[in-house]
Amino acid sequence: MSAIPERVHLKVRVNGEESPVSFAPYKTLLEVLREDLNLTGTKHGCELGECGACAVLVDGVPQLSCLVLGVECGGRHIETVEGLANGSELHPLQAAFADLGAAQCGYCTPGILMTAKALLERDPNPSRETVKEAISGNLCRCTGYQQIFEAIEEAAVRMKSKRRIEIK
Amino acid sequence: MMRLPWFDYRAPRSVAEAAKILAGEGPEAMLIAGGTDLLPNMKRRHQTPKVLVSLRGIEDLKKFSNGSGMALGSGLTLSEVLKIDKIPTALRQAAAQVATVHLRNMGTLGGNLCLDTRCTYYNQNYEWRKAIDFCLKKEGDICWVATASKRCVAVSSTDTAPAMIALNANIRLVGSSGEREIPVETLYNNDGIEYLFRKPDEVLTEIRIPHAGYKSTYWKLRRRGAFDFPVLGVAVALRFSSGNFIDEARIALGAAASRPFLVEKASEFLKGKKLTDEVIAEVSAMVASRAKPLDNTDMDLYWRKEVADDFAGYALRELRGDDMRETRLRIARHLV
Amino acid sequence: MSLKVIGKARRRVDGRAKVTGLTKFADDIVLPRMLHCRLLRSPHPHAEIEEINTGKAQQHPGVHLVLTGKDFPVTFGIMPVAQDEYPLANGRVRYVGDPIAAVIANDEQTATEALDLIEVKFRILKTIANSEEALQNPEPRIHDYGEQGNIHRIQSYEFGDVAEALAKSDHVFDDVFFYEGNTHLPIEQHASVAAPDGEGKLTLWSSTQVPHYIHRALSRALQMPASHIRVIACPNGGGFGGKCDLHNHEIVVSRAALKLGRPVKICLNREEVFYMHRGRHPVLMRMRTGVTKDGKLTGMHLQTLLDGGGYGSYGPASTFYTGVLQTVTYELPRYKFDACRTFTNKPPCGPKRGHGTPQPRFGQEIQLDKIAEKLKLDPAELRLNIVAKPNSLTANWLKIGTIGLAECIKQVVARSDWKNRYKKLPFGRGIGLACSSYLSGAGLPIYWNKMPHSGVQLLADRSGQITVFCGATEIGQGSDDVLAAMVAEVLGIDPFEIRCVTGDTALTPVDLGSYSSRVTVMMGNAAIQAAEKLKAQIAEAAAEQMEVIPTRLVFSLGRVFIDADPGKSISFKEAVEFAEAKFGTLGAVGSYTPPRAPGRYKGAGVGPSPAYSYSACVVEVEVDKATGWIAVPKIWIAHDIGRTVNPVSARGQVEGSVYMGLAEALMEEQVFRRLPPKMSHALVHKMPSLLEYKSPTSLDMPEVETILIEDPDPNCPFGAKEAGQGPLLPVMPALANAVFDAVGVRIDELPITPDKILKALELKAKGKTPRVGPESFPAVPYPKPIFVLPPWEGGDGKETKRDDAVAVV
Repeated sequence: MSAIPERVHLKVRVNGEESPVSFAPYKTLLEVLREDLNLTGTKHGCELGECGACAVLVDGVPQLSCLVLGVECGGRHIETVEGLANGSELHPLQAAFADLGAAQCGYCTPGILMTAKALLERDPNPSRETVKEAISGNLCRCTGYQQIFEAIEEAAVRMKSKRRIEIK
Repeated sequence: MMRLPWFDYRAPRSVAEAAKILAGEGPEAMLIAGGTDLLPNMKRRHQTPKVLVSLRGIEDLKKFSNGSGMALGSGLTLSEVLKIDKIPTALRQAAAQVATVHLRNMGTLGGNLCLDTRCTYYNQNYEWRKAIDFCLKKEGDICWVATASKRCVAVSSTDTAPAMIALNANIRLVGSSGEREIPVETLYNNDGIEYLFRKPDEVLTEIRIPHAGYKSTYWKLRRRGAFDFPVLGVAVALRFSSGNFIDEARIALGAAASRPFLVEKASEFLKGKKLTDEVIAEVSAMVASRAKPLDNTDMDLYWRKEVADDFAGYALRELRGDDMRETRLRIARHLV
Repeated sequence: MSLKVIGKARRRVDGRAKVTGLTKFADDIVLPRMLHCRLLRSPHPHAEIEEINTGKAQQHPGVHLVLTGKDFPVTFGIMPVAQDEYPLANGRVRYVGDPIAAVIANDEQTATEALDLIEVKFRILKTIANSEEALQNPEPRIHDYGEQGNIHRIQSYEFGDVAEALAKSDHVFDDVFFYEGNTHLPIEQHASVAAPDGEGKLTLWSSTQVPHYIHRALSRALQMPASHIRVIACPNGGGFGGKCDLHNHEIVVSRAALKLGRPVKICLNREEVFYMHRGRHPVLMRMRTGVTKDGKLTGMHLQTLLDGGGYGSYGPASTFYTGVLQTVTYELPRYKFDACRTFTNKPPCGPKRGHGTPQPRFGQEIQLDKIAEKLKLDPAELRLNIVAKPNSLTANWLKIGTIGLAECIKQVVARSDWKNRYKKLPFGRGIGLACSSYLSGAGLPIYWNKMPHSGVQLLADRSGQITVFCGATEIGQGSDDVLAAMVAEVLGIDPFEIRCVTGDTALTPVDLGSYSSRVTVMMGNAAIQAAEKLKAQIAEAAAEQMEVIPTRLVFSLGRVFIDADPGKSISFKEAVEFAEAKFGTLGAVGSYTPPRAPGRYKGAGVGPSPAYSYSACVVEVEVDKATGWIAVPKIWIAHDIGRTVNPVSARGQVEGSVYMGLAEALMEEQVFRRLPPKMSHALVHKMPSLLEYKSPTSLDMPEVETILIEDPDPNCPFGAKEAGQGPLLPVMPALANAVFDAVGVRIDELPITPDKILKALELKAKGKTPRVGPESFPAVPYPKPIFVLPPWEGGDGKETKRDDAVAVV
């Protein structure tokens, strides 16, 4: 067996930017993001796939960064909460979450925002049941979820009217 | 933060290459597909493979075809399985209830079929297990669930396996010295440690589901609407002949032993019968008698034993055509 | 008074940071040269440490320092009366998870590897697994202090002759209830970073709800002047009471950083968070209540037995709180309360949302339902008939201000269509009602002093910016937003124009912290006082320029107007410039101390509050009679909040409370596994993981209809009471009562699970008492009570010495 390398060197594409990064090979995407790319917006609550706090988008799909091997991220597009806003303009989901009380302590928020982003891209007009199902892998201890459901629905409405304006 | 131990990473491009690496590295190597089962276990030091052989880069494992039967690549994620047109109901319902959305986006069908058995004395951090002086499944001498037991009683917790068994599916295993196709139920051994009859160098590559004209269903019992592993899974596939008589029946149980299994007696009994209330009650009791819950999962074990017949009844009534949506909604929290 | 900010639905001032990932939680802090710490924890529930060998760990490449108990000779504890912990075990471990040694290394992986190289020799001691065992086994003592054997605290209070009251009652109800322990489960795992600064002083960033208490306790633990320590409370990723203690790891990283001269970080893993615990005490209760035939309460005798775990923590306060607030909700002429807290070999219990009060509330509200059933009264009517009176004293000398409870009951009754549905739904469906009350801040601090509970300092300058400094801590509840809103309302500016600097012991005036629902009331009152002082200065200067008297000025919408002539105004910024020119550098301070409580007996300090909040809740359930499976389609909750500061946050606090209450009612339990004692002494947490400790997902949460009842309380800022804890309390008993309405069985213990319902249904089918719950209450050696006459029996709030012969056992 060959010796295990102390570090691996990769190019990862995070929030549309490709950057070289070097890290210990045992690290998951969560650790690479937080510790080697200093993107601490992605949170962690268990590191075992049991809470959803570390959810990010991998090639557009919500995944748990705590269970994605860093070495498998080369060439894949990672999206985190840091990339959600357009410059200083909040993503409609971010704005709705802030306005409607969907973020209390804010710790589960990045994971839910990314999960909801994928939902609204797939289904711009989700029913309450669809919203509930989509974020059922993200535990929140503060809100009781109702204001989160409402914020996602509100964001969907705002995104639709924004699209209408853009078409006009 | 829970971290993985050090490991060497290999990314073969073909099944043959993967099998060769496995054969070469021996027991120090483990396969990884979605990683949702193996990586938490590695973080808790249940498994500390020196070499991880990743199946991610093998395109062959992501194929799907529908001809004389359905052939599903083991590398399809559970979310991908859910998108397949005309997927048998039991498999769809089972796949849709595995863990969470995120984990279904990562975990594969093959991975769920090979899921490590689970036990509340085993699925704990290294430090916790040290505090009970470990257990039979890993590093210890005693099964704390049943201290007189010579075998590990960890529970098979896969949702898709009972569904596949009910659907009479086969799996294809490819090793360094050849390949074989076996019925799904024969993959499993009723032992919490040696729970798979998979040779160390074999890769589960494909699942074949015959077009058998079944109506099928899967009922999962668990505490919450997401995350939780089953504490009971009932999969039923029935083929009806004219006049609503049952032509063929297959009932499989999950989370009721160290392996998922077919309840043969119940399947035999149903042949040629109609699903009257009496027949359903009798079969449900037969099914329930085979569930032997132990105190190593969530929820009270006596209760789990007591409700097994209710769950079998739900499945059969649903296939009879009863409207079970309200019951399913109450138990699963969403319609699947 | 027309309010511009208070009561308006707004984005909270820290809302943007929380949705952009910019909020810096403690584990997000990264400093140059930072090292990482991991703790070796005890694998044994009760043992003496005979030997520790750290040599191999110290030699491990990448390891900088290994610490053990001998590096920490001084005990610590959050309460002055419970200084019973060592940062690292000093010869004795008291629960699985008790910290023994620490490794500080280049990275977490290396530190973890080195933990395995530390060799510890233990001498195993007998395991004390629960309160009953603690009472039966005075030896071995888990601590060498406390009342006796393994009893930590034991006490008894009697307000009026309760035996006499019960004897004269038309009915006496005697019930035993059990409330299982559970934990806070914040999604953020506790993290701390300690770093020496340029002067060699210490800074500690930590996930803590109580930076001031940590500051004090750390000074003692490190034997270092508090002036050389700076504690910064990072915004908490959820607290719920679990980040209110000084924790072992906070002291350990502080000591390590000082020794190494480098920053040291620790972040607990999820299992370790379960070990830090300090959560809900498991409580066994016996409640004897006398009633008249028309449903008036005549007296109550409550006995509680708390399983405290391995250390004191807030236990002395928790022990009081399992009884002292029983008098605040309903009129109760006489009351006796016995309480006992035991030490056991489990993670220590402490304050969790509702601190000590959910347990007796659960018992009382179920018992009221049983009373209503027996007396053939509607449970809502029975309660409406006995709601405590506003501006009154209770039997135990607590001063109640406003009470919106009757309106709360009426609202949930109306909205749930109670009158048409209670007892009228088909078998298997039911609704249940319960009520509660809670503190808006504890009347006394945890250490004796006469200083303010909250201080606020304001800075204003020619830029027009207002900076507000306060030691209060943002734990998700919206503390910064309340602070900004109070100041903004007084100064007539937008809350977003205010910069909040909070929770930093070096920069901010003392606030006792985010616990006991005290922040809105205490910080709010201090903030108003500071803002009014600043406003007076600005008004005086502006009035001079505008040639009117200051009292004619109105501060609103970022401008200063003349009241009779709204066309004439100057901007707020201009007004501040005038003030700075006139008075020099501008600043103002405000502080708040709660009113002195009327009780004068020893122990009267626990229970008083500037105001009490009230809640009423109706829960609807569907129970499957074949399986006992419980579904909750809807919950109605009405909360007497006094006045709403920000309706968005207030609703969130109420719904979050309902969520946590429902979780406690149905699934959460911090329970332990005892292996067969003949084979093992092990006593381990049954499920220290987010997977197996069950917290409801979005799919498990029913619809909640929230009603905020406003009855402004004069003791509170703009009349605002608490909202973050009280609404949790009625959910559990309302659910239990709904189960009774649905299928006619009583589950007198928590959590209420399908197996218990099925068991009770089977008892019912056999014609036995359809109830699952504790069968008996053990013999507890409660002392002779401290006897105090209630206000209406001629008492003066002091203890009355009674003849032994009169004492009732």
